[in-house]
Amino acid sequence: MDNTLHYLPLVILLIPMFSFLLLAFFGNQLPRKGDFIAVTLLFINLALSLFVMFVFAQTGKYSFTVDWFDLGKGNTSFTAGFVIDELSAIMLIVVNAISAFVHLFSVKYMEGDAKYKKYYSYLGLFTFSMLGLVLTNNILLMYVFWELVGVSSYLLIGFWYEKPAPQEAAKKAFIVNRIGDVGFFIGIMIIFLTLGTFNFTDIFAGVAAGQLQGGMLTAAGILLFCGAIGKSAQFPLHVWLPDAMEGPTPVSALIHAATMVAAGVYLTARIFVMLSADALTFVTFIGAITAFISATIAITQNDIKKVLAYSTISQLGYMIMAIGVGAMSFGMFHLVTHAFFKACLFLTAGSVIYGMHHIQDIREMGGLRKKMPVTYYTFLMATLALCGIPLTSGFLSKDSILAATLAFAHINGGITYIIPVLGFLVAGLTAFYMFRLLILTFLGEPKNMEKYDHCRESPFQMTIPLIVLSVLSFFAFFSFNPFSADSGWIMQMMKTPESLLTGTRGIIYHIVDREEYTELLHHAHYPAMFLSLGVAGLGILTAFVFYFWKKVNVDSLTEKIKPIYNFSLNKWYFDEFYSATFIAFTMGISRLSAWIDNKIVDGAVNGAATVTSWTSTASGKFDNIVVDGLVNLSGGLVGFFGLVFRKFQTGKIQTYILFLVFGIIVLYFLFR
Amino acid sequence: MEIGLQHYLIISAILFGIGLFALISRKNAILILMGIELILNAANINLVAFSHFGGIGIDGQMITIFVIILAVSEAAIALAIVLNLYNHFSTVNVDEANTMKD
Repeated sequence: MDNTLHYLPLVILLIPMFSFLLLAFFGNQLPRKGDFIAVTLLFINLALSLFVMFVFAQTGKYSFTVDWFDLGKGNTSFTAGFVIDELSAIMLIVVNAISAFVHLFSVKYMEGDAKYKKYYSYLGLFTFSMLGLVLTNNILLMYVFWELVGVSSYLLIGFWYEKPAPQEAAKKAFIVNRIGDVGFFIGIMIIFLTLGTFNFTDIFAGVAAGQLQGGMLTAAGILLFCGAIGKSAQFPLHVWLPDAMEGPTPVSALIHAATMVAAGVYLTARIFVMLSADALTFVTFIGAITAFISATIAITQNDIKKVLAYSTISQLGYMIMAIGVGAMSFGMFHLVTHAFFKACLFLTAGSVIYGMHHIQDIREMGGLRKKMPVTYYTFLMATLALCGIPLTSGFLSKDSILAATLAFAHINGGITYIIPVLGFLVAGLTAFYMFRLLILTFLGEPKNMEKYDHCRESPFQMTIPLIVLSVLSFFAFFSFNPFSADSGWIMQMMKTPESLLTGTRGIIYHIVDREEYTELLHHAHYPAMFLSLGVAGLGILTAFVFYFWKKVNVDSLTEKIKPIYNFSLNKWYFDEFYSATFIAFTMGISRLSAWIDNKIVDGAVNGAATVTSWTSTASGKFDNIVVDGLVNLSGGLVGFFGLVFRKFQTGKIQTYILFLVFGIIVLYFLFR
Repeated sequence: MEIGLQHYLIISAILFGIGLFALISRKNAILILMGIELILNAANINLVAFSHFGGIGIDGQMITIFVIILAVSEAAIALAIVLNLYNHFSTVNVDEANTMKD
């Protein structure tokens, strides 16, 4: 293949960086603060990514590595580089597509904001960081971009930092992520210590050669996955994501669909082949628990963005769970489909908030279907996709994941049946809370007439991305068979690789080889499909019964199950629990160390100062009295003798002669 | 009684003592000068005496003559100084001519 094409990913990586620098330094001089440049560049980038994908489909995987730095001669030298394989090629498109549409959508949404220029430059930085993370073939460089993603998310979540809530949310996101990153970093160090390399290919070769095995391999896998727990908002570090809704809504779309949270799933998919059986068990259960917890929370939330936030966490749990049960490609597939319809959902939410003049509470909405038809139909399409209704992309990916969990439970038996049970439960809950959201927002009677009367459909800059994204939630873009994704281009391209540890057994997990697994998947496919359709239909039906036809009085029902309702409404009291335990503990330690600092360290310093002061006083006294006394004494003696001897110095020659004569006489008698 | 060297020396010593005493005790500048003359003459007596009794020929007398000439010139200069002293201070008392002391 043409050699210059090798540099194309580098160009794709640097275009958002260029956009960031250009807007950051020259944005104020440019017309419209340079937003059209950022939007255009991102669409060019999207076109280039599609081109890279086609090139990849023609020529296959290739990578590009340069020496980065070394630690002196003879020591390990570090490389930097990127790789284009099925994972990164697909992620390139997803990241660039969502980012480009978010850029376009923001033109109207952020119009008139005082920090308009800053907003677009941050978007560029965020896209750059995420692209770097996706492209790199080196885990150390990945960590660098990983932190860059963290920083840029911090900047964007706290974009409206004049208000206290976004400040807190940004700090929370950053700090909670940092907890996961510590694990990630330790994992990297374990790998570097045992294998001496950061390059993914070399790492996998080392694991395959058995240089890192047993407990250490499990520990390394779980620790690396800790980074994903933080970034992809998995239980128990999911608490930052709902708060991150304080950022501008298009940013939420970007974070939740394509950039930040996808990073964790992407990392887990990258290291999938080296995860040991026990590490995979851990991954599976974390994913399933996350999916379940956040789905139960989403049911009772009243803020339109909060519902979507918890639904994101829940879907991320699905992806992680899919990777855990050994269906890495399904997890990535769900990441891709989810990216489009979730971005669509967030942008429609942004459109609703824009139309309702910054009302986010769904209890004040209703009947918006007539006022905002485009928003309504795009939202409906994305909701159907999220609920896994046939003919949508979500159906394809979700169904595959559920089938994979069934196959997984079939292999391992016993306690692992809890995974598909949780999976189907979550599918039902998802259908319920999404249609609750849809009915309360768009159907029924308007609750707040004043806002409703002023509400209008959003301008075309906002509706075009919505329409495009909702169309991309249609099955045909991913597979021509609406009931199975297996023949679709994504699944043809992205096969789950054979794990390096095939045949090993963990405590409850048995990694089987791909053929056997695929065989089981085929058997599980139809049961999973009917089951998921059943629970989704049940969920939708319940939502209509509760909120549309109002056959059941929801208020009296919540009154009856008050404790459970409150438990869900208060998000399982996670924030309260963390406040009472970890945060209180940290604060206690801080107070203790502050006390030690103030009393003991400062006391020691002050004591030393006091002792020094005493010593210097004493030495001052010694100086004044003894040393100066001696000096004064000698001076005084000299003065005294001077006083005595000046008497002889009369200035009269006769006196001197007299002394002379006496002197001679004395000498005469002395030396006679 | 034969008059010997000793007698001259005794005379000379007495004369020297008187001269010295005058030099030390007198306040009048002219009297001090006279003391000096006495001392010089005491020395002259010694020189002459040694010249006579010492068998060294005429050398002693020669030196004496030099000394006398010296004394004359000294007296001339010294008296001129005293005259100026008197003009300046209206006194010849050396203790009162002490403006350089303070």
